[in-house]
Amino acid sequence: MNNKVKLDDLNVHFGGTHAVKEVNIDFPANSVTAIIGPSGCGKSTVLRAINRMHDMTPGAQVSGRILLDDTDIYGRGVDPVAIRRKIGMVFQKPNPFPAMSIYDNVIAGYKLNGRMRRDEADEIVESSLQRVALWDEVKDRLKSNAMELSGGQQQRLCIARTIAVRPEVILMDEPASALDPLSTLKIEELIEELKERYTIIIVTHNMQQAARVSDVTAFFYLGELIECGVTKKIFTTPDRKQTEDYITGRFG
Amino acid sequence: MSDVTASHRWKIEKGLSGDFIFKAVTVLFAFSILVILMLMLYEMVSQSLPSLRKFGSHFITGMNWDAVQEDFGALPFIYGSVVSSVLALLIATPLAVGTALFITEIAPRRLGGFAASLVELLAAIPSVIYGLWGILIMTPWLQQSVQPFLQKYLGFLPFFDGPAYGVSMLAGVLILVIMVVPIITSITKEVLTAVPRSQREAAIALGATRWEMIRMAVLPYGKSGILGAIILGLGRAVGETMAVTMVIGNDPKISLSLFSPAYTMPSVIANEFAEASSPLHSAALMHIGLLLLVITLIINALARLLLWSMSRGAARGAKL
Repeated sequence: MNNKVKLDDLNVHFGGTHAVKEVNIDFPANSVTAIIGPSGCGKSTVLRAINRMHDMTPGAQVSGRILLDDTDIYGRGVDPVAIRRKIGMVFQKPNPFPAMSIYDNVIAGYKLNGRMRRDEADEIVESSLQRVALWDEVKDRLKSNAMELSGGQQQRLCIARTIAVRPEVILMDEPASALDPLSTLKIEELIEELKERYTIIIVTHNMQQAARVSDVTAFFYLGELIECGVTKKIFTTPDRKQTEDYITGRFG
Repeated sequence: MSDVTASHRWKIEKGLSGDFIFKAVTVLFAFSILVILMLMLYEMVSQSLPSLRKFGSHFITGMNWDAVQEDFGALPFIYGSVVSSVLALLIATPLAVGTALFITEIAPRRLGGFAASLVELLAAIPSVIYGLWGILIMTPWLQQSVQPFLQKYLGFLPFFDGPAYGVSMLAGVLILVIMVVPIITSITKEVLTAVPRSQREAAIALGATRWEMIRMAVLPYGKSGILGAIILGLGRAVGETMAVTMVIGNDPKISLSLFSPAYTMPSVIANEFAEASSPLHSAALMHIGLLLLVITLIINALARLLLWSMSRGAARGAKL
């Protein structure tokens, strides 16, 4: 497996807090990597460093390197906007744009490329919604407001919006934690399908979820990467005591 | 044991009666506002009755305002109020929204806070001060620099035609712009601050630049709130008396040119009420006041409607 994203001595500081410490980790292409760990262990912070979301936070400092196909995304002359178009993100709570229709939500990011033909937009919307298995549910009401969808549908809409931009990597920050079990299941099936085309990095609180959807699992604790390996191994015979304690529910 | 029961009962009764008094007092207070509004309306209608009877709808369409001949038509004042307010809003809105965007989205936090407190300071200056500044500094500047310039390069347009007096519709509009911008800015700032972080992040994560994020996520989310801010600004502009009276020239004429003096509804009331000798003249002024009150009520109702639809939209947004 070749590596799509590589973190090289990644450190993140917020003011005086050292939130992420010396993290080195490789994310293999076309696979799902789960980042697990107790609250406050820095897993979301690591994730948000990968598409330079911390640029928006005053006081946040990122050092070290993050390589996307050998390009350092924090390097000189790299445009964070371009990086985010290659590395999309799905958030914990579904966040469709409430003033837009379902159709406009899906095309919102793609539209930033510039003017496009009508049929081109239609094509993008349909294929993106197909890919998240939402097309059949909404094809007759593409013009209605996105807020009329259920929470699970909204989250799939947000994933459609992300893949409409045609990213290479998709970051997911606890994408199912605000959803009911059935919607969660749908999202998990979707992740399984999406990995054929995309490299997926998912932060999750839910260890069963990590075990179900991921190929590789990374366990973080107090801002440090404790252990990273093939998911099956991490969940059955982890090398580190801390990992085992967390996975068996002894703390966390 | 019986002591406890007695004091317990006493407490219950006391509580109930206290509640009753509290309720009665608040109802009374709330009701008094309605009564005052009604009394005001009644008083204004009855006082303007002579004018209402004599002129009827002619009052709204009539162009002549002659206290000697006792012929009163309010159209020049309505025109002056509407045109000055609408033009002021057209200029003030982009300025105010731009300022609010600078404060919330662009400026570093400290600079933004400083700018915001400056804006609030502007809103606190009494209007007569603006008027004085308008008379002493702005109108001479308009007369000597701005109006000749406009006339030279844009004089072929009817809007910049005629002699430059300084005091003019243009001066009234500009003074209103200065007075309305702080209101629209501070409300818009609140509206923009209320846009959730998740909306901004959604746009940023799609590869939007800062401006694209504002256009895609921030402005649409705050749209109805900003509209409400604009309407509140309109209410202020329509009702503003002192500063406008001091610079607009107070001449009841309808002219396309921004250089010619004009007159607004509040201005004519303020200027003429003390000297209105005939009953019909007072009634006509009351009649103008009545029209102004109705216009203001309509504007306020519109603002409420918009705020209501905004809060409904926000509730929809919060449903997730």
